[in-house]
Amino acid sequence: MDKRKSIISIRNVTKRFGPVVAVDDASLEIMEGEFFALLGPSGCGKTTLLRMLAGFETPTEGDIIIDGQDMTDVAPNRRPVNMVFQSYAVFPHMTVARNVGYGLRVTGVPAAEIRERVREALALVKLEGFEERMPTQLSGGQRQRVALARALVKRPKVLLLDEPLSALDAKLREAMQMELVRLQRSVGITFVIVTHDQDEALSMANRIAVMDAGKVRQIAPPADLYEFPNSRFVAGFIGKVNLLDGRVAGFEDGRLLVDVRGLDRIAVPYGGSAQGEISIAVRPEKIRLERTPPANGRIAIRGRVREVAYYGDESHVFVENPTGFTVTANVPNEARTTTPAVAIGDELWLSWDPADTLVLTE
Amino acid sequence: MKDWRRDKLAFSIFTLPATAWLVVFFTLPLALIWVYSFGDRGPQGQTIITFSLENYARAVEWIHLGIILKSVWIATIATAICVILGFPLALGIAFAPQRWKNPLLLLVILPFWTNLLIRTYAWIAVLRTRGFLNFGLEWAHDQIAWFLALIGLPDVLGRFQPLELLYNQPAVVIGLVYVHLPFLVLPLYATLERLDKSYLEASLDLGASQWRTFLSVLVPLALPGIVSGTLLVFILSLGTYLTPDLLGGPDSQMIGNLIARQFGSSRDWPFGSALSFLLLYAVFIFLWVRATVAARSRGGVGV
Amino acid sequence: MSEIAIPSEAALVKRRRRRRSTPLEYGRKRWIQLIVALNFLFLYFPIVSLIAFSFNDSRRNVTWQGFTLKYYEMAFKNDALHQAFLNSMIVAFTSTVVSTLLGTMLGLALYRYRFPGRGPFEGWVHLPIVVPEVCLGVALLAFFAWVNIPLGLFTITVSHIAFSIPFVAVVIRARMAGFDESLEEASRDLGASGWQTFWNVTFPYMVPGVVAGALLAFTLSLDDFVITFFTSGPGSTTFPIKIYSMVRFSVTPEVNAASTVLIVVTLALTVSAMLIQARTGKKIDTHG
Repeated sequence: MDKRKSIISIRNVTKRFGPVVAVDDASLEIMEGEFFALLGPSGCGKTTLLRMLAGFETPTEGDIIIDGQDMTDVAPNRRPVNMVFQSYAVFPHMTVARNVGYGLRVTGVPAAEIRERVREALALVKLEGFEERMPTQLSGGQRQRVALARALVKRPKVLLLDEPLSALDAKLREAMQMELVRLQRSVGITFVIVTHDQDEALSMANRIAVMDAGKVRQIAPPADLYEFPNSRFVAGFIGKVNLLDGRVAGFEDGRLLVDVRGLDRIAVPYGGSAQGEISIAVRPEKIRLERTPPANGRIAIRGRVREVAYYGDESHVFVENPTGFTVTANVPNEARTTTPAVAIGDELWLSWDPADTLVLTE
Repeated sequence: MKDWRRDKLAFSIFTLPATAWLVVFFTLPLALIWVYSFGDRGPQGQTIITFSLENYARAVEWIHLGIILKSVWIATIATAICVILGFPLALGIAFAPQRWKNPLLLLVILPFWTNLLIRTYAWIAVLRTRGFLNFGLEWAHDQIAWFLALIGLPDVLGRFQPLELLYNQPAVVIGLVYVHLPFLVLPLYATLERLDKSYLEASLDLGASQWRTFLSVLVPLALPGIVSGTLLVFILSLGTYLTPDLLGGPDSQMIGNLIARQFGSSRDWPFGSALSFLLLYAVFIFLWVRATVAARSRGGVGV
Repeated sequence: MSEIAIPSEAALVKRRRRRRSTPLEYGRKRWIQLIVALNFLFLYFPIVSLIAFSFNDSRRNVTWQGFTLKYYEMAFKNDALHQAFLNSMIVAFTSTVVSTLLGTMLGLALYRYRFPGRGPFEGWVHLPIVVPEVCLGVALLAFFAWVNIPLGLFTITVSHIAFSIPFVAVVIRARMAGFDESLEEASRDLGASGWQTFWNVTFPYMVPGVVAGALLAFTLSLDDFVITFFTSGPGSTTFPIKIYSMVRFSVTPEVNAASTVLIVVTLALTVSAMLIQARTGKKIDTHG
């Protein structure tokens, strides 16, 4: 399927720190030229995995292949890989120019070439003219761009970024997100970022690997991850989701029959096979709210509005079903009005297309 | 922090006793010998105030200048050796596994808690002609000679000549290094410990070798700590008295001993006072340099 | 999936995984470990050999002739040593009491109050710590001669107090740096007066610092040689001075025995200081 070359191959990599297993038998392939994200809650092992790619940790088991060569035991200063650190690590005792040129100086590149490439790199990150400034005179965002230039000037095969946006404020973060994507596209090399923020990963990456407690749970492009999560964890970690318990009652016409507490038996189109206790899930934005019973063919729940959370562009409506569980629906505030469409205490119908149902077996 | 006027009574009670004590038994004595330094030794050995700079002039006469310069030389060598030994020690502890750090630090401080006199004279047993070091060297010498005889080679070593390691400059240097090592290691350790390791990782990541990283990144960033510790050891070594007194010989007397002699056998208190103040001025100058370096570094590093 | 050549599975599995140290673990580099070990050898050999040979059954040899306690016996029977030890204790106790009291108050004042000339004053208070002991010693000698006070235990004690006060003040200052002032504010808010607040809230917090300062003052006094040397007179020998004169004569196992006793006493005090500081400090901080 993929005509692109695999630039990083992580094979059954495990990392233990004493009794703690930070990375547990992780395997994945990263393709040349893609923007890849390692996403997960803190402590899931994503940073450890990144540091193993850079060479600052050695896998306890498994191998790391970079551009066809086994780099598992290779020292960090001999890998065709460069990293932008979370704290940026811009050398405080050197000017911007000497910082950016550092990696070229220590590998013996001639001075004239260094000057030229430093100028190029600074132009790439929109810091022209900053050569003689000292890092103490720069803002956080500017220092980050120096760190980027410093890494990119070496023309690595892969650029690693450790939580690149966590230290920036909200407005700057959004601008930087687009900046990084633009940069990656114009330079054309593979970017691997580590983040705990799913919005970042979803908006920037071509493919995302979701990690939890050292294990890689799912690897997929953002839309696939969001619409077709492979587990309760991934479904719950990416975006919001309504989770209901159910029991498989049978299989008919390519559709799974599931008994869900509080609902009639539902029929969900499902390609695989499942049995026993499973979870049924649906994303809040797929749910429609109505005051009259919904059309046939949709899965429907009746309930009473318990809470409405207003977010300006949309409202999250919490509807409680007589059997006791609560379902959230996202309603866009389409009309320009201050009277809410939905009030607490209203009796409503929630409904969604069976095809929008997620069947989660783990 | 409150303004003192709000609690005048408490403030006075807290500060006056200690201040009075220090004024009477610290400042006053020093002021006294400062005055003496401009005086002259009278016929019966007492001090006459003459308001002359004669004593200071005498201090820079060659015989005395020689001792002063020698003191500076000894202090410099001792400081250099301290850095050579202490830097790797501080480095090793700062980058050791977490659970080893505190025990190692404790081990470095422990000798420091024993009496200075004892710590110094302990070296006599090690350095003297029939001391541990020579004993060990003699043993090694005999082993080599025995081995040479075994394989039939002629005895090129000859008789064992013990090294003269006591009552001379090397002894004083060793003693000074021994006593002042913790003063370099501990502040340097603190600086290295606080250093953000990602600077070192970034340097490696960009392709620099370990050695290059050490020279271009670690040393510049640790420099304030290095300078601070070095100056401290130098200042302490310059003003030392006991070490050259116990371990030194006629060629290794330092400023402190010269000063003491003026108040002892030489009975030339004015001259001794002048010398004391020259030492004090030197100490203050170096302290001021140290403070300036510390203040300047606080503004720059740590981005 | 991909068309690059990768080592075969068998080859990967066959190669042993050896635990390479991470780039920054300098502590695991062999040559650093060697220098660290050499340093510790350097630091401990003299003291350890001194202590070990206090048990050596031989007058001067560096070879081990057998274990004996006879030099300890000699040291304990030595009247002059006894007197010197007693003198040291008297001086140390007196010095500790006075300097702890004065130094604690000073440290507290430096922590709490803003006043004109605060900076220079603090610098002046710290001077005794940095002034070379020789200079201070001869200055005190000249001073006592000038005011006609004969040298003896009194002059020694007075001098010890003078150089101990700054050390105690520094320790108290350091301790108070971690004090949460809102505790005092809460106490006032609940109706307590200034003195009540001090005794019920501030002082309990200070105690570990005071203990540490006191033990520091005691150790400084017990161990001091240089200043004591210049301010002592005939008949007022302290323990370190006596050891010094014995060393000047010759280094014998008896001297080593006496020294070992001093080492043990000082270490015991310092270790208890640390333990007390750790334990009460923790108790007060967690219940504070």
